[in-house]
Amino acid sequence: MDVIETVFIRNNLVVAFALIGVIIWISYYLADKLTAGRIHGSAIAIALGLLAAWWGGVVTGGRTGVADIALLGGIGLMGGGMMRDFAIVATAFGVKLGELKKAGLAGVVSIFAGVLVSFVVGAIVAVLFGYSDPVAITTIGAGAVTYIVGPVTGEAIGASSEVITLSVAAGLIKSILVMIGTPLVAKSIGLNNPQSAMVFGGLMGTTSGVAAGLAATDPKLVPYGAMTATFYTGVGCLLGPSILFFIVSSIF
Amino acid sequence: MIVYGVALLSVCLVIGMLAGETLGVLLGVDANVGGVGIAMLLLVFASNAEKFKTLASGAAGEGIKFWSAMYIPIVVAMAARQNVAAAVDGGLLALVAGVAAVVVSFALVPVLSRLGGSSNTISAVKEDVR
Repeated sequence: MDVIETVFIRNNLVVAFALIGVIIWISYYLADKLTAGRIHGSAIAIALGLLAAWWGGVVTGGRTGVADIALLGGIGLMGGGMMRDFAIVATAFGVKLGELKKAGLAGVVSIFAGVLVSFVVGAIVAVLFGYSDPVAITTIGAGAVTYIVGPVTGEAIGASSEVITLSVAAGLIKSILVMIGTPLVAKSIGLNNPQSAMVFGGLMGTTSGVAAGLAATDPKLVPYGAMTATFYTGVGCLLGPSILFFIVSSIF
Repeated sequence: MIVYGVALLSVCLVIGMLAGETLGVLLGVDANVGGVGIAMLLLVFASNAEKFKTLASGAAGEGIKFWSAMYIPIVVAMAARQNVAAAVDGGLLALVAGVAAVVVSFALVPVLSRLGGSSNTISAVKEDVR
């Protein structure tokens, strides 16, 4: 056992490459055999990843899913922010400038619309659940924007730690749902061209959700969605503790 | 040289992140504002420019394409390290808020996509190719 542990931990990133390779192979096999290609292999792989993350979180009580298991620590590095951003930027290779320009305005509008809409929806839900304190309503609304905007806003306006935890959970639900739901609704919302992908990225905003959701729908759309999504969290952190909080305070 | 492409990609990311972080400081926001998006724009400009041809074509280009192809495996690893347990423990309020935000945002995609002008012809052609 000691030998396995030593080797796995010392080479954790390489172990992660091997393990993810096996998961993707199984997923594509299942997609082919069980669903006759109707569900994309990467969608199954992402779902398996989320399932593993849930298991890892339950077993270890940690916050980074399966990466909290010592032998699988490399998953944390491979799927961490640095590698994710590096690979996302690489997908921009071969993107045509013209496509970006065509959807430029719609993309910018969608970022602001996306932050506002998610915030309002989250705030309304908080009110429906009986919250009447503007700080709590704003924080939960910000959590529905993304799980980063929630705590940033909550800490800035002095929300309690329970409310901040709730806002993170709301953001996580959103992110996971975008990962799983995007390939299912892609057709009915017209998500099949660079323009709608840019609008989609701006509206959803959760970088992980958009990154995984588009990968499972059509990898060619990834750079367009990711480009707008990366501005979303910044805009949310800008508006949440300021204008949005003032508006909520003036109502309640 | 493959490493030229990888280096170009890395330089784009670092510059983008620096710009995003600076933008955050200027706006007084505790977040990186669009660093990845700026990096992507830089890579698009560089790969379309004549000046950077030696860094983005041939073997150097393969260095960028490799990381682009590693995108899905990295996203699977990213899914495997999400805090799913916390999301499950969040209770009904978190669930309703998260689901409602996603459903409404999904519904707005076709509405706002029309702002980008008619792109139906492009998508129709792409559907055929696939």
